[in-house]
Amino acid sequence: MTRVAVIGAAYTKFDEHWEKSLRDLSTEAGALALRDAKIEGSDIQALYIGNMSAGSFTGQEHLAALAVDEAGLTPIPATRCEAACASGALAFRNAYIAILSGEYDIVVAAGAEKMTDLKGTDAIATLMGAGDQEWESSIGLTFVGLYALLARAHMHRFGTTSEQLAMVSVNNHKNATLNELAQFPAEVTVEQVLKSPLIADPLRLLDCSPITDGAAALVLVSEEVARRFENPVWILGCGQASDALALDNRKSLVEMNATKVAARQAYGQAGLEPKDIDIAEVHDCFSINEILAVEDLGFCEKGKGGKFVEEGKIARDGEKPINTTGGLKAIGHPVGATGIRQIADLVMQLRGNYGKLQINGVKRGLALNIGGSGATAITTILGKEPKPTTY
Amino acid sequence: MTYKSSVPLYWRLRKSKYNLIGTKCANCNSVFFPPRALCPNCRRRGKTENFRFSGKGKILTYTIIRAPPEGFERDAPYGVAIVRLDEGTNVTAQIVGDINKMEIGKRVSMVFRKIHEDGEDGLIRYGFKFQLIE
Ligand SMILES: [Zn+2]
Repeated sequence: MTRVAVIGAAYTKFDEHWEKSLRDLSTEAGALALRDAKIEGSDIQALYIGNMSAGSFTGQEHLAALAVDEAGLTPIPATRCEAACASGALAFRNAYIAILSGEYDIVVAAGAEKMTDLKGTDAIATLMGAGDQEWESSIGLTFVGLYALLARAHMHRFGTTSEQLAMVSVNNHKNATLNELAQFPAEVTVEQVLKSPLIADPLRLLDCSPITDGAAALVLVSEEVARRFENPVWILGCGQASDALALDNRKSLVEMNATKVAARQAYGQAGLEPKDIDIAEVHDCFSINEILAVEDLGFCEKGKGGKFVEEGKIARDGEKPINTTGGLKAIGHPVGATGIRQIADLVMQLRGNYGKLQINGVKRGLALNIGGSGATAITTILGKEPKPTTY
Repeated sequence: MTYKSSVPLYWRLRKSKYNLIGTKCANCNSVFFPPRALCPNCRRRGKTENFRFSGKGKILTYTIIRAPPEGFERDAPYGVAIVRLDEGTNVTAQIVGDINKMEIGKRVSMVFRKIHEDGEDGLIRYGFKFQLIE
């Protein structure tokens, strides 16, 4: 079986792009990734694109064909992947498997979401499509409400505090000040987070990631092709797992089992353990989710995530830098694009020339992209060096 | 966009939404809410039948929704909790009464209430909520 590398990575400015449509954004990200890879459009054999809800956000379905059409890449096959907020990593994983299968050598994995064509309340209702429509949305539960239920359970069980939740936002906003592509590159303080309005107790406005437009793209290639390029970044493992859509059908409310299973797969494939990971991009759609992530990925013990954050271990100069470029909270969260954006940031860190965003000495990075309130989790491990061949 | 229920959807779920009727697997005795066509433990060996829950339970976790979706504006802020039913499965519902007294572990019981109006001339949907037992 071939090994697979990423040779191109890029994302657009994440913002409210009133002047740009979904097709403009996806074409822009694709072109940036191809230029970064130094390949031509005619080299691309297939496209996978992650998108949660173009139909609800803009009325446009059939997005994958539209994306290759706009990019002038017809007639290559184009596939849209949907797993709510994990749509991006789902596109990545399918592109990866397509190369592993031997079918293709050069594939683009992209993600795009145009959220601001709808008014805010309608965009938020669309996001709740990631939950259970018959049993959660129908009683007036909101997307932030789902995470609020998880936050309350974690606080009760482990003593996690609102201050610790706030510190997640503080860390990620601070990191975003270095990132020119971030939607909110401004620092916030714990006091500001704690004074922001409650949206769904105990979560406040500044515990929540924003509504964002944006796109991201990656070029994946087989080992044979990768050898012709400088500085490829290698895929060491990629796991995916599912859980009940509705929170009340989960076995536990203080962990995400899908994250644990997907992480176990990725660590197993890579032959690595949590301690071997230098940096991570985790899915901080709401502050509590970053605390759940550091626990469920095995960076700290279950229940100690709040402490882990409070002790500064997630800071750029900490023991396990998390969301080093701003995370969903401050870069923004165009849902279908996020999973690709996370991997693009890891690729640039692993190349070792990421300008002022660079963390020195990074050899292995992990990305965790989560769909809905945890019903889909996709964990990817990338490395500067390929994993040793065992066959 | 928001939860706009059609008549068939409303009708299909009425037993469960009005009377807290789920399913029980006669093979392994597990109970499920909402009803499941297939017992995930036993799969093909399972045998599901309707099961009416007593409507008594305790709060596992809760929140107060302050930014409501369309159609719920008049109720906000309102409480929502995941309730552990005494028979051994969970259900998510709005909490009525003094929502500032919600606590994890507190006993609750089911009540029948209006849930949502789909605009001025849309459907009015009824269903279960839970009230705090003092
Ligand atoms: Zn059974």
